[in-house]
Amino acid sequence: MSALLKIDGLNKSFGGIKATDDLSLEVAPGEIHAIIGPNGAGKTTLISQLSGMAKPDTGRILFKGRDITGQPAHKRAGLGITRSFQITSLVMELSVLDNIALSLQAREGHSFRFLKPARKVTHLREAGRALLARVGLEGKADMPTKALSHGEHRRMEVAIALGAGAELMLLDEPMAGLGFEESRDMVALLTGIKGQHTILLIEHDMDAVFALADRISVLVYGHIIATGTPEEIRANAAVQHAYLGEE
Amino acid sequence: MTRKTLLSVGFILALGILPPIFYWTGNAFWLDLATRLVILAIAATSLNLILGYGGMVSFGHAAYMGLGAYAVGIPAHHWLYGGLEAWGLATTSGLVQIPLAVAVTAIFALLTGAICLRTRGVYFIMITMAFAQMVYYLIVSIEEYGGDDGLVIDTRSELPGLDLDNPLQLFGLAWVSLVAAILIVRMVINSRFGMVIQGAKGNDERMRTLGFNTYVYRLVAYVISGAMAGYAGALLGNFTTFISPEMMDWSRSGELMFMVILGGVATTLGPVVGATVFIVLEEVLSDLTLYWHLPFGLLLIAVVLFGRGGLIGLLNGRDQ
Ligand SMILES: Nc1ncnc2c1ncn2[C@@H]1O[C@H](COP(=O)(O)OP(=O)(O)OP(=O)(O)O)[C@@H](O)[C@H]1O
Ligand SMILES: [Mg+2]
Repeated sequence: MSALLKIDGLNKSFGGIKATDDLSLEVAPGEIHAIIGPNGAGKTTLISQLSGMAKPDTGRILFKGRDITGQPAHKRAGLGITRSFQITSLVMELSVLDNIALSLQAREGHSFRFLKPARKVTHLREAGRALLARVGLEGKADMPTKALSHGEHRRMEVAIALGAGAELMLLDEPMAGLGFEESRDMVALLTGIKGQHTILLIEHDMDAVFALADRISVLVYGHIIATGTPEEIRANAAVQHAYLGEE
Repeated sequence: MTRKTLLSVGFILALGILPPIFYWTGNAFWLDLATRLVILAIAATSLNLILGYGGMVSFGHAAYMGLGAYAVGIPAHHWLYGGLEAWGLATTSGLVQIPLAVAVTAIFALLTGAICLRTRGVYFIMITMAFAQMVYYLIVSIEEYGGDDGLVIDTRSELPGLDLDNPLQLFGLAWVSLVAAILIVRMVINSRFGMVIQGAKGNDERMRTLGFNTYVYRLVAYVISGAMAGYAGALLGNFTTFISPEMMDWSRSGELMFMVILGGVATTLGPVVGATVFIVLEEVLSDLTLYWHLPFGLLLIAVVLFGRGGLIGLLNGRDQ
């Protein structure tokens, strides 16, 4: 199997805290690979290093066999990696559709285009509306982003990840703060894109994880203690002890 | 057209029509005031591009106006007293001076912006101010161009079909330039480039994870803004015909910032309204009392504190 993403001996410390501890992991093309682990295990820190927002102390990150450890965030996005944020991260000052259109615009190479009004670039606007329809936000396209609810923001995060068209989507707790029905909708949404994108999914909601994931890795104190299919992880005694048992 | 666009167009038209009427009815002074106002409004509009839409709080914008003015004054000086002929820079031709003003300020913006834009927040404010002061002291140190005392521009820029010694024509050029500046900033802001700039202001991290190298986009906006301020400076030099390092002082940059904030950041007309209110109030208050700085300052602070969105914001109602 040639991995789409290969993480090799990654380490990162914040002062005395080892947030990532000799972490190695492979993500296969097309799979949904979930990472679970207790609060503070280093899940977000891992995503930050993969997306280029944070620099690992040591170790390597290979994407399609290519070493991207030193690449800045915008270059990695260009190669086909995008992330969503645990804490909603949108351009609140712009409209919902503007946000989505920007993610589509990012795919078209540079944006040093000064003449035509962005809101008149029909192919971006139409593709943006189609994406919003996919996440059930078609009615909200022209609203200011800050006027939407938390659940709607979470769906925008996914629409933007889809808009960026990344081969590898790093989703940091897409269900964070969602109610029961909203979570269910989100699972349905992610099920719908399964197979089209490779997804590294961080999630606390165990029902969602076991419903969606092809493989699961368990992260504790910055180190992966087990990787396997949902069944294997459920049966794993160490995992039971370290994490699942505490629920 | 919406009511807002109608008001905006009306305001700009009034700004272009009333001053010449004052002039013809024997109040030449008001045309003078309006010319200065319109030139400062161009600079404020250019500052709004980076400060308002891009979130780059530059505290050195007056340096660009100063450099633009010296790009008129220095060639005019050499034309009269000799020197720099080999460079083609001993000239009174506006077709050399004005492109020079734009080019010099664009390069200055590129070189300093490349450094400033690596920083954020207060550091950015400080370092833009530091670079501006550097230019200030550089000019002060050059004896040939008058140093501290400044430089008199004996001959205004010569342009085909225009006579800048005629106050009406100078005003006309400034007003047309202002309209062009407003339209250029609008176009840039509404473009795909402008969306990236606004996105980076709102959420830089998000824009970078989408694949935008926000640093480079900001730098380009910074250069456009600086070059526009340089152009305004070339006009200012032609208007005052006396230039000195004082025009680059940090307090001048502060005034430009105030105009933008007073009128309303990230609005098309905010900087123009801000410049108008600033210049007219300054004039009226300084006529009334010697101690006009205090009430003026208090008024500015009041608008900044209570009128979020500036005067344009007050006009639009609270929710804008
Ligand atoms: N910028 C930072 N500076 C200092 N410490 C940090 C920083 N970011 C994370 N940490 C620490 O690193 C550890 C891992 O944090 P991280 O946010 O990656 O955990 P997480 O697994 O995402 O947790 P959660 O489930 O709560 O989202 C924590 O102990 C955290 O306090
Ligand atoms: Mg986290």
